[in-house]
Amino acid sequence: MIPLSWYLYLAAGLFGLGLYGVLARKNAIAILMGVELMLNAVNINIVAFWRYLTPENMGGQVFAIMVFAVAAAEVAVGLALVISVYRRRKTVAADEINLMKW
Amino acid sequence: MTAEQGVFIFTSFLTLFSGYMTVTRTNLVHSALFLVVALFGVAVIFVLLDAGFLAVVQVLVYIGAIAILMIFAVMLTRGNVTDEQESVSPFFGWALLLAALFAFALIVMLGQWQDVAAQAPALSAERNTVAELGAALVSPEAYVIPFEVASVLLLAALIGALVVARPQKKKR
Repeated sequence: MIPLSWYLYLAAGLFGLGLYGVLARKNAIAILMGVELMLNAVNINIVAFWRYLTPENMGGQVFAIMVFAVAAAEVAVGLALVISVYRRRKTVAADEINLMKW
Repeated sequence: MTAEQGVFIFTSFLTLFSGYMTVTRTNLVHSALFLVVALFGVAVIFVLLDAGFLAVVQVLVYIGAIAILMIFAVMLTRGNVTDEQESVSPFFGWALLLAALFAFALIVMLGQWQDVAAQAPALSAERNTVAELGAALVSPEAYVIPFEVASVLLLAALIGALVVARPQKKKR
């Protein structure tokens, strides 16, 4: 049998990787990939807690589905923004997109 | 070590390795393909957690839609952050430090928490969790309002993405 901690350690590692990707990458699409990794780590946590602590209540899985929906919306809008910026500025490097810098 | 544990260990190493490759490859197409492997590993983890429906949704939505959308976007925006240029920002040392500290802090906190060694309570054989999940999503006593809000969010994201990505008609 797998103890709950294994899932939580896996999720912590995956979240750390995603955080590194978001903070370190230059390309805006690579940053979105890091966000996807973090969302997946969170989803592993949610489903593991559902299975181990409250399997009689379906709220855990429902919440995971909400995370799926929000991730899909986030990627659709994010990539539309990236493509729009690329069309106007010919770049997707996040540090060169500084139009709104104060 | 049971077969379940073996599958878990193999899958988690595969997932973490693919995640590492996703955030370190300079070629973004390779990154996106490793992302697909990592997402598939998460789907296997969902199967191990008795959430078969979520595993199917993971493959359909994440691999089938999101990862493919990523690959499309990578290919539509080629030719600026390429192999010869550095793909990490100058602050990548700080990023590495922060991410490692965060993961380390999480793992230390998990190690101090007692409930963490809990074993999964057995699911009774006559329970159909997929049917329960479907009923919970549309039942007024449960989660129908979050469900409807999520569908409105998806509609708004669809329209928003179309408006944002539409080419300008005239150059001003």
